[in-house]
Amino acid sequence: MLPTESKKALSFKRYIEEGDLVIVYERNDVMKPVKVIKDGVLQNRFGVYKHSDWIGKPLGTKVFSNKGKFVYLLAPTPELWTLVLSHRTQILYIADISFVLMYLEVVPGCIVLESGTGSGSLSTSLARAVAPTGHVYSFDFQEQRAVCAREDFEKTGISSLVTVEVRDIQGQGFPEKLSGLADSVFLDLPQPWLAVPSAAKMLKEDGVLCSFSPCIEQVQRTCEVLRSYFIQIRTFEVLLRTYEVNELKVDTGSMIGENQDADNEESRPSKRKHRSNEDDTISHDNSYNATSVVMAPPCSEARGHTGYLTFAKLQCLYLSLKGWIYNSTSYHVLDTL
Amino acid sequence: MEHSEDQAMPENQNNNKPQYPNPRFASEGCSVLLDVNDGDRLVFARLSGGAIFKIGNKNYSLKPLIGAPFGSLFQVETGEEGSFLSRILPIKKESSSVNVVEDGRDNRELIDDNESQNLTGEEIEAMRREGAKGEEIIEALIANSKTFDKKFQLSQEKYLLKKQKKYAPKVLLRRPFARSICEAYFKKYPARIGFIRVDALSLLLTMANVTAYSDVLVVDMVGGLITGAVAERLGGTGYVCNTYKGNSPSCVDMVRMFNFTDKVKERIVHSSISELSSAKTAPPEENNQQGGVCKSEININESSASDMVEDVSVTAEARVVDDVVTESKTIKAPQPGAKASKEAVEMWKENGFSSLIMAAQDQDPWTLAKDVLPLLSYSAPFAIYHQYLQPLATCMHNLQQGKMAINVQITEPWLREYQVLPSRSHPHMQMSSFGGYVLSGIRISTT
Repeated sequence: MLPTESKKALSFKRYIEEGDLVIVYERNDVMKPVKVIKDGVLQNRFGVYKHSDWIGKPLGTKVFSNKGKFVYLLAPTPELWTLVLSHRTQILYIADISFVLMYLEVVPGCIVLESGTGSGSLSTSLARAVAPTGHVYSFDFQEQRAVCAREDFEKTGISSLVTVEVRDIQGQGFPEKLSGLADSVFLDLPQPWLAVPSAAKMLKEDGVLCSFSPCIEQVQRTCEVLRSYFIQIRTFEVLLRTYEVNELKVDTGSMIGENQDADNEESRPSKRKHRSNEDDTISHDNSYNATSVVMAPPCSEARGHTGYLTFAKLQCLYLSLKGWIYNSTSYHVLDTL
Repeated sequence: MEHSEDQAMPENQNNNKPQYPNPRFASEGCSVLLDVNDGDRLVFARLSGGAIFKIGNKNYSLKPLIGAPFGSLFQVETGEEGSFLSRILPIKKESSSVNVVEDGRDNRELIDDNESQNLTGEEIEAMRREGAKGEEIIEALIANSKTFDKKFQLSQEKYLLKKQKKYAPKVLLRRPFARSICEAYFKKYPARIGFIRVDALSLLLTMANVTAYSDVLVVDMVGGLITGAVAERLGGTGYVCNTYKGNSPSCVDMVRMFNFTDKVKERIVHSSISELSSAKTAPPEENNQQGGVCKSEININESSASDMVEDVSVTAEARVVDDVVTESKTIKAPQPGAKASKEAVEMWKENGFSSLIMAAQDQDPWTLAKDVLPLLSYSAPFAIYHQYLQPLATCMHNLQQGKMAINVQITEPWLREYQVLPSRSHPHMQMSSFGGYVLSGIRISTT
């Protein structure tokens, strides 16, 4: 899924090979991850698709079933993966994932700790952000989930970037060996406040923590503990509103001063849909006084709540690296170090 | 079970060796974000021995910040040679669990007649001249307030916070990141970045699958915010290629605020739409590699130094007054973004770009998209930002009609911040109600 060298970038990966993971796209809401095998077949309500027909085709093209129906084959991305992965737990979706990545300031080379692993939706995006030189350490207290996550990361080709361990982070904290190494820590735990002291220990100076909780009571308790170690504590909720796009015919005939009879006579035969051409979406039909307009109403249903995202920066307690001499006499807290 | 854990560890430790210059420390000449009173005011500055920062009506040298780790907190102090910024180390607070005592006090005895404070402005000023610390002034204010004791416990806390901001301001030294740069601009000069809120920016980067080794095509007409944010995620691999109509590349001056290393800067290039979409034989003008230096660049160069220091200060009276002339001569980052090499352009013509982000103010997205989308590989994702819904709707409609893309959708992010305090958690009273629209999709083969 992620290019590990420049030649493996999507722009170079033009043709499907055996062993590739592709996303079979039927519709916006019907997609499926498939590993391409020489003798493999895919069956859906539109018929049978032979993998052997796919090999050598470029990604992003149509492939046809024995009944002549087609699907698209797409290169997997963390976004598509989030839509097709098997849910072992409640997962994070694109709005929260994007915001977390941005706020945790995850860039190539970063070390990120995460608990729990869950279904690995966020882990996949974290891996994309730290690649090629960084690493994600993901912890889940359930053995089965960790095993499945590892299998998934193997499948998506990101296992060199993510290490999954079985560990109860609330009870045991993060492993000592990662102390002071993490650029960012992400917590998605039922009682995140229990893990905060350990998370603080793992972070580098000025490192960022994020805690995701669905309930405000969890946020409340987490923030109380955070205040002892962190600054810039901020809690957000991020949601998406999506829009539909419809082409409608709108009667633009004037209410007065029109010869109604003449209008009606001419309008009947032209009721068939007028397809707008590329550069002029608004096609005028003078005889009918109707204009075809593209409109974008919001979709009527949306996800109303996912969770609260609380971010905090580790307090900067050290004075400096060598070479920085503080040039004033006012270091009143110096002796506490 | 513990696979790859052991092998991964030592390798990572090597990666953690501090590089020079250490990005976690503010060095001379680097760009920093000064955060006054927990986000009340955000100011970008370039650190130099002579840089001056104004808080209230006093000027402070930024010299004490040089060499300090990012995340350090400073407060103002008055010494023998006048006022200066001095670093403070936060004292570990004991976790104050729910300590809201049942408090029967309310505001029935508080009368807003401006008579409750005995201390006059002149007296406060005199204290300051004598070198009183901020805390001492606040103590004096409380002692001379007729109403402080009558206040409800929570409003006492509010009162203290308000006075602390005024008399003992704190300055936090922050590392400029795509996030903080976007936030700072959105707060002060949203029009310059096309009203892209930080959550919209994060969506663009995610939806365009920006990752190491990718070749990202951008149409950045928002000052370089998109270019910088993409370069940050490429970490010195792949390319971010800024394309443009006509002859002069768009200005991407904001890129200079990111403190990029040369390795990262090399990956920021530009090329015109016509160069990228022309047939394989290069037109003669393309030989002129240095000729295409951005036109706007010249104007920017003149103003950029001052732009850099006074940019994005949040309150009107606030600005970093710096010795602009000397600064622009001494520490001047080179203009970001060279012209894309012929080899790179040929490579993109052959293979296509791996994704696209467009954020073009005052441009019709469809007019641009129909020229730019064919430059992408098949299966490449794209994300188009616009401040208005209608042009995106038209663009989406045309993409669908032309069967150029699938998985197309228009989304609008919504972001709400919360105050979280014991027994006082609620959404902020004020919020940004609009952060832009994003049209996303995946390019497909039309055949």
